[in-house]
Parts: sequence; C-alpha cells; structure tokens
Amino acid sequence: MFAYYFQLGLRSLRKNPVLTALMVMAIGFGVAASMTTYSVFRATSNNPIPQKSSQLFVPQIDNWGPEDAATTMGEPPPAMSYTDAIGLMRDHKAKRQTILYPVGVSLIPADANLLPISERSYAVYGDAFPMFDVPFLYGGGWTTAEDDAHAAVVVISKAFNDKLFHGANSVGREVNLDGRNYRITGVMDDWNPQPLFFDVVNSSAFPDPVQLFIPFTRAIELKVATNGNNNCNKSPANDGWEGYLQSECVWLGYWAELPTETDAKAYLQYLHAYSAEQQRAGRFHWAPNERLRNVMDWLDNRKVVPPESKISLLVAMGFLVICLVNTVGLLLAKFMRRASEIGVRRALGASRKDIYAQFLIEAAAVGLAGGLLGLLLTGVGVFGVSLVFDPRIARLATLDVSLVLLTFAVAILATVLAAFYPTWRAAQVQPAWQLKSN
Amino acid sequence: MPHIKPILAALKRHKAGTILIALQIALTLAIVCNALFIIQQRVTRLSRPTGMDESNLVAIQNRWVGVTDAAAAGVLTRADVLALRQMPGVQDAVQVNAFPLRGGGWSTGVRVDVDGKKPIAHTTQYFMDEHALATMGVKLIAGRNFRADEVVTTDPDKIQTSPQAIVSKALADKLYPDGSALGKPIYLGDDRTPSTVIGVVERLQVPWGAAWTDDFAENSVILPVQLTGNFSTYLIRAKPGQQAELVKAAPAMLTKLNRLRVITGDRGVRTFEVVREQAYKSDRGLAILMGVICLILLAITAAGIVGLTSFWVGQRRKQIGVRRALGATKHDILSYFLTENLMIGIAGVVIGALMAVGLNLWMVTQFEMARLSMAYVAAGVIALLLLGQAAVLAPAMRAAKVPPVEATRSV
Repeated sequence: MFAYYFQLGLRSLRKNPVLTALMVMAIGFGVAASMTTYSVFRATSNNPIPQKSSQLFVPQIDNWGPEDAATTMGEPPPAMSYTDAIGLMRDHKAKRQTILYPVGVSLIPADANLLPISERSYAVYGDAFPMFDVPFLYGGGWTTAEDDAHAAVVVISKAFNDKLFHGANSVGREVNLDGRNYRITGVMDDWNPQPLFFDVVNSSAFPDPVQLFIPFTRAIELKVATNGNNNCNKSPANDGWEGYLQSECVWLGYWAELPTETDAKAYLQYLHAYSAEQQRAGRFHWAPNERLRNVMDWLDNRKVVPPESKISLLVAMGFLVICLVNTVGLLLAKFMRRASEIGVRRALGASRKDIYAQFLIEAAAVGLAGGLLGLLLTGVGVFGVSLVFDPRIARLATLDVSLVLLTFAVAILATVLAAFYPTWRAAQVQPAWQLKSN
Repeated sequence: MPHIKPILAALKRHKAGTILIALQIALTLAIVCNALFIIQQRVTRLSRPTGMDESNLVAIQNRWVGVTDAAAAGVLTRADVLALRQMPGVQDAVQVNAFPLRGGGWSTGVRVDVDGKKPIAHTTQYFMDEHALATMGVKLIAGRNFRADEVVTTDPDKIQTSPQAIVSKALADKLYPDGSALGKPIYLGDDRTPSTVIGVVERLQVPWGAAWTDDFAENSVILPVQLTGNFSTYLIRAKPGQQAELVKAAPAMLTKLNRLRVITGDRGVRTFEVVREQAYKSDRGLAILMGVICLILLAITAAGIVGLTSFWVGQRRKQIGVRRALGATKHDILSYFLTENLMIGIAGVVIGALMAVGLNLWMVTQFEMARLSMAYVAAGVIALLLLGQAAVLAPAMRAAKVPPVEATRSV
C-alpha cells in the first residue's frame, strides 16, 4: 500500500510541476539555511571535553572589591592574581589542580639555517595532563617533583615532533626554547579541544592547536610574561617582576578537578573560607565573593558562542517556519484542487484513514525531494560559511553523517507536520457533495 | 473600488488560506525588518573611518627570541625602527603598542579632575613617538606634534605619566565640551599627575572594531612613550606604489638585521587593507547572510501568494464567469483580487509590525542590540504590501481573462 501511495504521490507531484517545484524549493531553502547555521552553532557550542566537563572547575576570587565588580555586575575577575593562584595551589584542596597562562616561547631549531618558530604554548603544572585528558603518543607529562624543581622539561605536540624529529620517539631528547635547553617528557597525540576551554579568556576560543607545554614554576622563575591579557585595577605598588607577582593584576587561569558534587561543594566552601581569611588578614576590604563554574557553565559565562552564530541560527529557524507556513498553504491548494478525486475515492470505499495515509505519504515525498535539495544547498552553505564567519570558526562547521541524516529528518518531518492540516481538510471532503456537483 | 463586504464574505469561506497568507506576510515582515536593521548597523560600523590615511600602510608584528631583558629588547626594537625608516620605499615608520583595528590594545578611564572618582570617558592609549602622525596620516587640527626630546623609552611595568598627550577630537570634546581641551590637563587611569593636551587630531579610532567599543570608538590618546619588551609592532607608511614590494622587503630586511625573531602567523605582516578586512569579517559576513536570507524570504513569500491565489482563481472560475455575465468588467475582477490581497496584506503587516518590534525587544535583551527604528518597520510594511500586490497581479489578470461564457459551463 505504501509503495502504491508513494507512486500516486509522485504522479500527482508531476501533474503540477510549478506548484511542486515551489514547495520543494521552499523546504529545500528553509532546511538548508537552518542546517547551515546549525552546523556553525553546533561547532561553537560544542562540549570540548564531554567525559569530564562536569568535573573540571574554574574558581574565581574577587580580589578587586565591589567598586570594580560593579562594572561586571558583581562578577569577580575572570582571571586570578599570582598571589591567589599560588595560595590555592599551596592549599592543594582539589584532586588535581593547575595554574596556567599562555607563554610566548620560541623554538630555535638546531639547524642554524632555519628561522625560529613560535607556536601556541602554555605554562602549566604536571597535573594538567591527566586533568584535561591529554592523549600521549610517546612518554607523558612531567612529575610533581619536576614541578617543584622548576625543571626544564617540555611536552610537545605531534606536529612539532613531526617537524623536528620526523615523527620518531623524541622522549628524553632536548629542544632549545628561547636559548635554553628543555628535555622532552612526552609527545602529545593529536589534541585540539574546540573551544579551547581551558583558556577562553586569552584566546579567540577557537585557536590553532597548542604545540608546547612547559612547567609553570619554570616560566615564573624565568620571568616569562603572559602572552595573553593582563588586567590591573591599579598600578603595581612595587617595580619589576616581583612587584608584578605581588600585585593585584589578574592574568592567570586556574583549574581544579573535583570528581563529585560533594567535592565541588566542599571546594566552594574552601574558596569562601580562603577569601574570608584574606579579609581577616586585611588584604580584602570586602566580604568574600567567589564563584566555581564547571566547563560548560564557564564557556557560557565567557560567551564563547559568537553572537553572530546565535542570531543567524535564530533567523534561520524563523526562515524555516515561514517556509513551512508557505508549504502548508501550497499543500492546501494542491490537495483541495483534487476534491473531486477524493470524492470518487471515498465513494468507492476508501476510508478517511486511507485518505490520510495517501496524502501524508505524498507530502513525505515532497519532503524527501526538499531534503535532497536542502542537502545540496547545505553543502553549498557549509562551504560558504567561511564568507560569513571567522575562518577559525568556519572550519569547524562540517557536513558529516549526522548532519546529513538530520537534514533529511528535518525536511521530511517538517513537511509531514505541515501536511497535517491540508490532509485533514482533504479527509473531510464529503463524497456526496463532490459527486453531485459533477 | 469594489465593495469590501463581498470580499470579506468570500474570505470567510477561505479562512485557512487567508490566515496562512497573512501569517506568512507577518513572519516575513518581522524577520526582514530585523535583518535589514542588522545589515544597516553592521554596514555603518564597517564603513567607519579610522582617521588614518589607510592606503600604503603596512603593519608588522615581531617577537624577539631568547631576549628576556625588556631593556635589551627595547634596544633591538629601536634598531628595527631606524632601519625601517632608512629603507627605500618607506616614507615613515613608527613603533606602536597598537593601531586602529589591530584587534588588541590598551584602554583606560580618563578624568579631568585629579580627585574625580569616576572617569568621564573611556579611551585607548597609543604609545608612539614623534613619527606617529606622519606615519598614520592622521590630521592634526590643533596644537602641535611631539618633539623627539619628549619621547621616553620605558618598560611596560614602569610607565610614568607622560607630561604631554595628543588626543582625538572625539575625546577632547567629551572631556572639555566647550572645545578648550588644548593646554588642559587630563588624568589617565589612576594617575595623580596630569598629562597636558598639546595637540588634537581630527579622528583616530580605537584598536577594536567590535560592538563593545561603540561608545568609545574614537576616543584615543597618543602618548610620547616607546614600550620595550619581547613584542614589537611596527606601522610603516610606504611611498606611493611601493606597498606590495614592501610587504616582502621589510620582513626580509628585518630578518637579515637579526635572525632571532619571529614574524609569522596571520598577524605577522599585513597591509592595512587586510587589517580592515580581518577586523570586520564577521560584520560583513553577517550583513551578507542577512541580505541573502531577506531576498530568499521575500521570493518565497511572493511564491506562496502566487500559489494560493492561483488556486483561488481556479476554484472560482465559475463565479467569475457569472459576475462577468452579470455585467462586471475585467477591471472589476482585477481590482477584486487586488483588494482581497491588500486586505489580507494589511492584516498581515499589522501583526507583522508587532512581531518585528517584539522580536527586536527580545534580541535587545539577548544580544545587546540597539532598538529597532520605526522607519525600518514602515519600509518593511510598504515593501511587503507592494510585494503582495505584485505577486497577485499575474493570477488576478488570469482571473480577469475568464470569459463570461464560463458561467454556462459546468465545472
């Protein structure tokens, strides 16, 4: 029966090619617009570390006070001062924790003919690797002992390893960073979480992959300044690097791994107690004001999804709705034109159910054709997003299997949904009426 | 003008179709108004002038390798600037901490009263030397340029208040609304000592092009300071016609001067045309996207009207024949369908206008957008009514061609 109705549907669609083309195009364009923008939205609102996003937290401590917080609606600064970051690190209250900041180190190739290379690098604690589930091709992160010793060790990316050592296991070998030798402890496998959740404060959130990690303690000892943002509410009281470290300037990221909800609650209490302690010590002249956010809450708070992505998704959804309203109207016109045909079928014994089945299947055929066109246009659209969005974001939007399936599902479902009212009207046709007027 | 009553009576028998067309017009209006508004806002932003003479400018971002001492890096940077100024094809060059549309820089509050608690305005700070105005091609409209002996070289951590400052006219007017800024003191950040305004430039944009800078987009201060440190950024004015050559020659010359540096990445060497394109990429893209969506949307709505009206005409052939037989002229039939469409259209645009405003109000809360100007709603209303009339014209003319003899035929 299904095959027969499907055939009937196709025949009917061929009968009014213009009307059919209009419907197919409306659905095709509507679906393509929403799918294209959805692909971008999906990429930007992606959970970069799904297996752990609810266990990794960013603590925030208000070291600037209510006067500055007033401009941020009571929010503590999005980064930490050295004093607070080291304070939290010393207390070591989480299962794992790390301070991090982007560093501008350059690699000097052993071959004197080559120019120095500079790539995205971070200074972290050894805990960061198991915390962020960094995959390793060779070796691994460094140890706590090496953190404490300010050791000259480095973790490099696969791309770097390919470039410098032609893909060989380079663990234990040395590289020259800014004129100093560092021993490689590990080579990362391909790893490029998008958005780069652990540093959305300093990066564009969708940057090129991280190529190097060096110990935080080493970077501080070498007075390596941040390659990212530095915000001060007032000028540091003392000059030089020491003065900067003692200042209330915020420039460091802090991450804590808290496996259970109880841990998170306890950590929040600890942050409160820490701030209260700072208040008692006379450093803070205000009541404790702290936050603790997990990965997704943090990304949301930092507004990682670009507003263009949200606005265009919204407009595209509205666009789809209009296309569907249009389809409802056209289907209504199409079905009602065949009132006499329906009358004959009903008079010959077809039940209302049969009419429903026939017309919904016909609509689904339109949906299928619309889906095909939509898929084609989505392909064009995904190709064209680089015209609209930052190329770093645009390259994340891809036409994969799930998007193809979704395109078809949305096209067919939407058309069948749109067909309900016209079909109901068709099923209401009184056979006697139609036969009489003939 | 045909009587409205019979049209209303006929519409009552086509409730579904009428509602669908009205709804489609309403939704289209709501989206088109807002999309046009977004387009206009973006286009305004991306056509904002920087105040510089943007042709023949090249920007280079450099990072020193293996130099940890800021002062030592400063010496190297100074050598770069002098070498750049000596290059053939270079008219002038300057070391900067930032430049308009660079996409990163410094900003702070400004006061005119030493004890003032709240800053009067927000401004960006450009640290440059006496070659700044000539290199950027910025127009000095009052006062004077810096003198070479006023320029101080310093570590970013140890910046002292500069006794002299050149401000943009926008900032000068904001701080001293009576236009007397020249020679007056300004206090930057939490400074307790003033900087004196020695010059006013006509216009100078901040380093950012994004929406959040809209309320201080042209508030700039230039200070006679050269920052030392691991990073250095150069702005170079090429002699006319030499820009393309310089894009290759300048980094090559710098590398020859000193190899231990990195000038790569997407911000390494850029002509100002590239800087501008990168700064406004998403604005331009969104405007194009909205434009395309508007066009397709209008086309689809028109197609929908054509489709449904054609159906109605087909359904009413017999009635039209009867009317024609009873003395109605072709013109009467034509104006019947036009009026019918106009009535549905009016209902649609009324609902649509409300939806457009509602959608905008919601977006204002969600995306920090500006309020929709009523001019857009009015323009959208007129456009959609005209579109409706145009779409209905073809089916209506076909209806007018129905001969009176149709009345005598069955079906």
